Amino acid sequence: MIEARNLTKDYGDKRAVDDLSFTVRPGVVTGFLGPNGSGKSTTIRLILGLDAPGGGDATVNGKHYRDHPAPLHEVGALLEARSVHSGRSAYNHLLSLAQTHGIPRGRVDELIDFVGLHDVADKRVGQFSLGMGQRLGIASALLGDPSTLILDEPVNGLDPEGIHWIRNVLKSLAAEGRTVFVSSHLMSEMSLTADQLIVIGRGRLIADTSVDEFVRQASGKLVRVRSPRAAELSVLLAAPGVTIGETDEDGLLEVNGLSPAEIGDAASEHAIPIHELTPLQASLEEAFMTLTRDEIEFKPLVDVEKKDEVAA
Amino acid sequence: MSSAVAQTQIPRLPHTSRVTQRRVFMSEWTKLRSVRSTRWSLLAAVGFTIGIAALACAVVSHHWPHLSAGDRRDFHPLEPNLAGVQLAQLALGVLGVLVITAEYSTGMIRASMTAVPRRLPVLWAKAVVYGLVTLVLTIPSVLIAFVIGQSIFSGRHINVAFTDPHVARAVIGAALYLTVVGLFGLGLGAIVRNTAGGIATFAGLMFVLPPLMYVLPTSWNNAASPYLPLQAGEAIMSTTPGNHLAPWTGLGLLCGYTAIAFAIAAVLLVRRDT
Repeated sequence: MIEARNLTKDYGDKRAVDDLSFTVRPGVVTGFLGPNGSGKSTTIRLILGLDAPGGGDATVNGKHYRDHPAPLHEVGALLEARSVHSGRSAYNHLLSLAQTHGIPRGRVDELIDFVGLHDVADKRVGQFSLGMGQRLGIASALLGDPSTLILDEPVNGLDPEGIHWIRNVLKSLAAEGRTVFVSSHLMSEMSLTADQLIVIGRGRLIADTSVDEFVRQASGKLVRVRSPRAAELSVLLAAPGVTIGETDEDGLLEVNGLSPAEIGDAASEHAIPIHELTPLQASLEEAFMTLTRDEIEFKPLVDVEKKDEVAA
Repeated sequence: MSSAVAQTQIPRLPHTSRVTQRRVFMSEWTKLRSVRSTRWSLLAAVGFTIGIAALACAVVSHHWPHLSAGDRRDFHPLEPNLAGVQLAQLALGVLGVLVITAEYSTGMIRASMTAVPRRLPVLWAKAVVYGLVTLVLTIPSVLIAFVIGQSIFSGRHINVAFTDPHVARAVIGAALYLTVVGLFGLGLGAIVRNTAGGIATFAGLMFVLPPLMYVLPTSWNNAASPYLPLQAGEAIMSTTPGNHLAPWTGLGLLCGYTAIAFAIAAVLLVRRDT
C-alpha cells in the first residue's frame, strides 16, 4: 500500500510534482503513467525518501519510508537511473545490499538465478547491457521479499523475451497480494500489464482509475456513420453539444455527442439510409494522448477548469 | 540464461531482519573490497611507504661520506625513512574521497540510501571500515620501512633503534597520520559529493595551501602554518625541534579538522536530496 498526500516538489523554480494525491492498493498491478518529464521518477524518489518533499507526504505500508526498520523487506525499488557501482560485480552489489539487512548469501544466489544473471554474476556491472542492468535492478528490488514493489520503467532495455518475463513476474507478484506500482511512458505496455492506472502530467494528477474506465472516459461518444445522404444527415443531427466531423472519405461522418441509437432513430424518421453505424472506442494510446495533450512539458499552460473538463 | 527467464515464481525469504550498524559495517566492507580502485590505491600506499623509504635511505647512505659536518648534524635517520609517507598520503586521501564520491558518480548512493534510509549509518560505516583497513595496512608498512631503512643505515652506523627517544612515536605516528589523512579525504568527499571536486578540495587544503602561505608576511606565515592540516598532522613524525606543534597536539588538530568535515558531511547527508 502506497499513499501520497498532496505531494509537492520544486527544483529551483520548476515545479516537478504538484499537489499529487493517490493510493496504490495491494493485489493489483497499478500503472503510473505520464509523458517523459511529467514527474513520475520524482514522485518515486519522494516515496522512497531519496528526495524530501516541499509539501505533503508519502507513506508506504503506513509509514514514511525512512521510518521502516527493515525497508528492503517492505519496499523493493527499481529506479530509472542506474544505481549500481559500475566497477563492482553483480554478486557483490547484491551482497552489499543484502548485508545491510542480514539477508543470507544464499538469497543473493537465488535471485541471481531467478533473473537469469547466473553466467555473468562475477562480471563487473559496467560491462552489462542495458537489459542485464535492468535484470540486476529487478533482483535488488526483490532481494528482501518486499510486500510493495516500485519499479520505474522496468521494461526499458529488455529484449522481447525479457519484457514477456517481467510482465509475468509483475502479475504473479500482484497475484500473491503484493502492491505493485510500475511507471511507464508507454501506454501499450500498461494496457498489457496494469489493472489500475494513475496518470500524471506536469506533476499533476490527471486520472486515478481502472484501465477499462480510463479508455471509456476518453472515448466519449464517438460514432462513425456512413450514409449516401451524409450531408442531409449532418444538418439533421446538428444540435448544441453535438459535433460532426467530416472525413476525407465521401459519405462518412464522425459524430460526437449522440448515441448510435439516437442517430439511427433520427435517420429512420427522415428515411435517410444508413450503411454503417459504429461506436468508436479509443485505444488506451489515444485515451492517453487525449488526456495528456495539454500536459506535455513544452505546451503553454492551460487553466485548471479546462484540464478538469478534458478529464471528465 | 533462458531457462531461468521462464521462471516467474519469486522465491520467498523465510526470515526477515532489520538494519543495524554492525550489518552496515559488513556491507561497507564488501563494497570497499570489491572495487579495483581500493586495491590499486592501497597497493600504491604500501609500495610508496616502503619503496621510497628504502630508496631515500640508500641514497643518503651512499652520499654520507660527502656530506658536510653541518648536514650531518641536522640529519635525523628517520627523515628519509618516512619520506614515502608524502606520496602514500596522496594515494590514501584520494581513495578516501573516492570511497564516497564514486557512489555519487555511479548512482550507487541511491541503492545505498534506499537500503539504509537513515543514511548516517552508511557514513559511519564507511569511516570505520576505511579507517581500520588503512590502519591495518599502514602499521606493518611503516614498520617494514623502518627495519629496511635502518638496516641500510647500520652500514654507516647512523641508524637509530625503535626504542630510542621519539622513534616509536614517529614511526607508529606515521601510520596514524596516514589513516587520519585518508579519513580527512573521506569527510571532504562526503561534503563535495563529486570526485574531481573532492580530490581538488583535498589536494588544495593539504598541498596547495602551505606554499600559498608564503605570500603572507613571514611572521604571519610562521604563526599560521603549523595549524594547517598537513603541517599539524606531520608533527607526529617530527624528530627535531622546529616550527611545528607538539606531536600529539598536531595530530589531534588534524583529527579535529577531520571531525569537523564529518560533522558537516553528516548534517548535509541527512538534509540534502540524494
